[in-house]
Amino acid sequence: MAEYAIEMLNITKVFPGIIANDDITLTLKRGEIHALLGENGAGKSTLMSVLFGLYQPEKGVIKKDGVEVKINDPNDANDLGIGMVHQHFKLVECFTVLDNIIMGAEPADKMGFLHKAEARKKITELSERYGLGVDLDAKIEDITVGMQQRTEILKMLYRDNEILIFDEPTAVLTPQEIDELMQIMKNLSAEGKSILFISHKLNEIMAVSDRCTVLRKGKYIGTVNTSETTVEKLSAMMVGRDVNFHVEKDDKEAGDVVLDVEGISVASKTSKKMAVNDVSFKVHAGEIVCIAGIDGNGQTELVYGITGLEPLKHGKVILNGEDITKAPIRKRSAAGMAHIPEDRHKHGLVLDYPLDYNMVLQRYFEPEFTNKAGFLKKKNIRSYAEGLIEKFDVRSGQGGATIARSMSGGNQQKAIAAREMDRDTNLLVAVQPTRGLDVGAIEFIHKNLIAQRDEGKAVLLVSLELDEVMDVPDRILVMYEGEIVGEFDPKKVTQEELGLYMSGAKRDEVKS
Amino acid sequence: MKKILKSDGFQSLIASLICVILGLLIGYIVLLIINPSGAWEGIMAVIKNFFFYPSGPARMKYFGSTLVKTAPLVMCSLSILFAYKVGLFNIGVAGQYCAGVGASIYFALAFHLPWYVCVLGAMVAGALLGGISGLLKAYCNVNEVISGIMLNWICLYTVNGLLSKVKEPTSPYTYNIAIKSRKSLLPSFGLDKLFGNNKYVTIAIPLAIILAIVVMVVLDKTKVGYELKATGLNKNAAKYAGIKEKKNIIMTLVLAGGLAGLGASFFYLTGIEQWMCTSSSVPSMGFNGIASAFLGALNPIGTLISSFFIQHITNGGGYVDKTMYCSQISDLISSIIIYLCGFVLFFKTVMKRMGGAKK
Repeated sequence: MAEYAIEMLNITKVFPGIIANDDITLTLKRGEIHALLGENGAGKSTLMSVLFGLYQPEKGVIKKDGVEVKINDPNDANDLGIGMVHQHFKLVECFTVLDNIIMGAEPADKMGFLHKAEARKKITELSERYGLGVDLDAKIEDITVGMQQRTEILKMLYRDNEILIFDEPTAVLTPQEIDELMQIMKNLSAEGKSILFISHKLNEIMAVSDRCTVLRKGKYIGTVNTSETTVEKLSAMMVGRDVNFHVEKDDKEAGDVVLDVEGISVASKTSKKMAVNDVSFKVHAGEIVCIAGIDGNGQTELVYGITGLEPLKHGKVILNGEDITKAPIRKRSAAGMAHIPEDRHKHGLVLDYPLDYNMVLQRYFEPEFTNKAGFLKKKNIRSYAEGLIEKFDVRSGQGGATIARSMSGGNQQKAIAAREMDRDTNLLVAVQPTRGLDVGAIEFIHKNLIAQRDEGKAVLLVSLELDEVMDVPDRILVMYEGEIVGEFDPKKVTQEELGLYMSGAKRDEVKS
Repeated sequence: MKKILKSDGFQSLIASLICVILGLLIGYIVLLIINPSGAWEGIMAVIKNFFFYPSGPARMKYFGSTLVKTAPLVMCSLSILFAYKVGLFNIGVAGQYCAGVGASIYFALAFHLPWYVCVLGAMVAGALLGGISGLLKAYCNVNEVISGIMLNWICLYTVNGLLSKVKEPTSPYTYNIAIKSRKSLLPSFGLDKLFGNNKYVTIAIPLAIILAIVVMVVLDKTKVGYELKATGLNKNAAKYAGIKEKKNIIMTLVLAGGLAGLGASFFYLTGIEQWMCTSSSVPSMGFNGIASAFLGALNPIGTLISSFFIQHITNGGGYVDKTMYCSQISDLISSIIIYLCGFVLFFKTVMKRMGGAKK
C-alpha cells in the first residue's frame, strides 16, 4: 500500500483577480493528523475545497492511495472516503441529530421505508468508540455548537470516511470543548483515520498535529514535523516575519465615564431565566474594559441590550450622559456608539453587497455619501472604501467592487473592524473582534484597539480567548450565568484565577 | 470579448432568448401534434402578430393594441421585481391589480371622477392591499406568499361585488366608461394619431416606461434603494445598521401594490375592456407579471422588453387559423411560452456552471 492516503500535487487554482493556490503540494500520511496553517486568505480553505470537489483546479493532480483520481463534486469525494466538517456547519436546524447524520445516506429498503434502528445502532457504536457522546434525539437548534460539531463528525464516520477534513474546527468552540475535540481527533487518528485540519491557532497545532504544512498568500512555504518546530518558527513561516505575541501598551489614565450601564436585565430566548441579570458597570474614556467568560453566559445578550438589538427588561444604559435605554439603533450610533458584532454573517455584513457598500453600512446616509435629493454618491463611497481597504490591509479580489460573500472570513472580519474603528464615535463595542483571525491579523486588531483607547475612546471588549483577556484590556469583568462575578486588574490576576471565576467556582460581590 | 461573455447582463440576455426559442419550439410541436398541415403558418402567426396585416397603418394600429396591453403588464412585473429585490415574493400582485381594477372602474362609473383621480384611487387601492400583506409579514411573520394568495381571492370577490353596482343590467359586464364617463378615460395627447388612430393608445404607455426608469433609479442610485436592498439581502444586518426593517417591509409591499394598482388603471381606463362581474379567476395580468419580471432578468428595462414580447405572442395567438385549431389554441401556445419564461434563472445557473467548468 502506498505510504500516503492523499497526495495533492502542484495544485493551482485561480479566481478572478487572485491566485488562491499557486503550485501547492500537500501529502497526507495514513493515520496522521496534518495541520494546514496560513493567514486569512492564504488559500487553505480553497485547497480543501479542491480536495472535497467543490472547486476544480486549473493545474495539478490528486492521488488517493497512490492512484490518480478526479474529484468533480462532493459526492465523488464521499465515494473516495473523504469527509469534511465546514467552518459553518451544514445541518438542518429543526431535525434531530440522528436525522441529520443519516441525511443523504438514509438506511432505506427497496420500498423506500426508513430503518432508523440500524442507523441508530451503528451511530451509537461509533460514538462510544470515539468518545463522541451526543443525544441522538435532540434537535440541532437546541444543542450547543460543540455538540453540533460532534454531529458533523459523526456524519463523516457514519459514511465510513477515512479522510477527515476539519475547516477551522476550534473557531467556534469554548476552551473546554476545544480540549475535548483535540482528544476526539487523537482517538480518530489512533483508529487509523487520517485527519487534515485547517487552523491558525498555533498552540492547537503544536498540541495535536504530527505534521504541519504552511501556506502564505497562496504559495507553498513548507511542511514540518511538529515535534521539531516551535510556535515562533511556525508563525514566522506563516506571516513571513517575526510576530510579537505580547501586546505593547502604555498605561493611560482613564477619563470621564462614557458608557454607564445601570442594573440591566435582558430576557433569554431559550429559557425563562434572564440571560443578563441586573448587570452594572462603567466604561471610561481611554479605557479598555473586557467582559470575559465562557461562551453562553449572557455576553451576547448583554451586548444586544447595550447596542439596541434586543430590548431591556430592566435598567438603564447611559452614553455620554444621554439616556439611550429606549433609543433606536440609529440614534445610539449617532450618539457615539460603534459596534463590531459577534456574528459577522448575521449582523456585520450584507454578504451580497459589494465591499464598498458594506464599508458604509453605518454611514451611507451621511452627507458625504448621500446628497440632499437622496441619491448615493457612489464615487465617494468607492474612494472611502478603497482608503479603508488600504489602511486596514483588507485583501479582496476586486477591491471595493468585491462581493463580500466571496472574501475569506478573516478579511470580512477585518473589513468590519475597519468600518467600526474608523467612525467618529467615542465608544467601541467590540465582540470577539479577533474571532477566526490569524496571528498577524490578531496583532493588527489588538494594536488598533489600543490605538482607539489612546485616542481617548472607551472600548468595551467581549472576548472568549484568555490570551486576549489577559493582554489587551485595562480592566476585566468576568461574567457567569448572566451576572458579573468578579472585577480584576489584568496585571494582578492569573489565568487560573480567572478560570475559577469563569467556571462559577468563585465569585465576588461586585459594585459598579 | 471574453469579458462580455462572462458579464451578468449578457448571460441574462442569452438565458432569456433560450427560453423564448424553447417556448416557441414546444408551441410548434404542440401545433404539429394537433394538426401538422397548419403548424408552420400557426406558429408564424404567433410570431408575426400585427405584421399579419399587409398595410402600414393597420400594422401600426395593432402594434398600438399590443402596446396598450403591455403597459399594465409592465406595471405588474415592476411590482414583482421591486419586491423581489427587497427579498419579498409579491404573489399578491394579482390581487393588488384587481383592487386597482375595482377602484378605477368604480370611481369612473359611480362618481364620474376625472381620470387622474381614478388613477390615484387605483394606486391607493393596490397599495392598501399590499400594505396588509406587509403588516402581516412585519408584525406577525406571516409569509407574504400565503397572505398574498389569500388576499387575491378576497379581493377578486369584493371587486366583483362592488362593480356589480355599476354593471349593465343585461350582461355581466360593467358599463362602458367611454360612454358613461368620458373624462375618466386616460388622455392620449395625440399619441393615438401615431398608431393609426387607435383610440386606446394613451399616456399609459409612456407613463409605464417612465415608471420603469424611476424604479431602476430608485433601486440602484438612491439611499432608499440601498436600505431596501440591504433589508432584503440581510434583515439582521439592516437592523444592526439602524435601518427600520419592519417599516421597510411594509413600505416595499405598499409601493409594489401601488405599482400593480396603477397597472390596472392603465388598462381599464383606456376603455379597451369592461370588467366581467362574474369573473371566477384572478386576472392573469398579475401572474404574467411574474413571468415577465423573470424573463426580463429582473431588470426594469428588461421587463419593458419582456412584457412587450409576452403581449406580442399573446396577441399573435389570436391570428392562428381557427378553422384548423380549436379556439383555445392561442391561449395554450402563449401560456407554454410564458411558462418557459420562468426558466430564465435556471438557464443562467446552468450557463454559469458551464462557464466555470470550462475555465
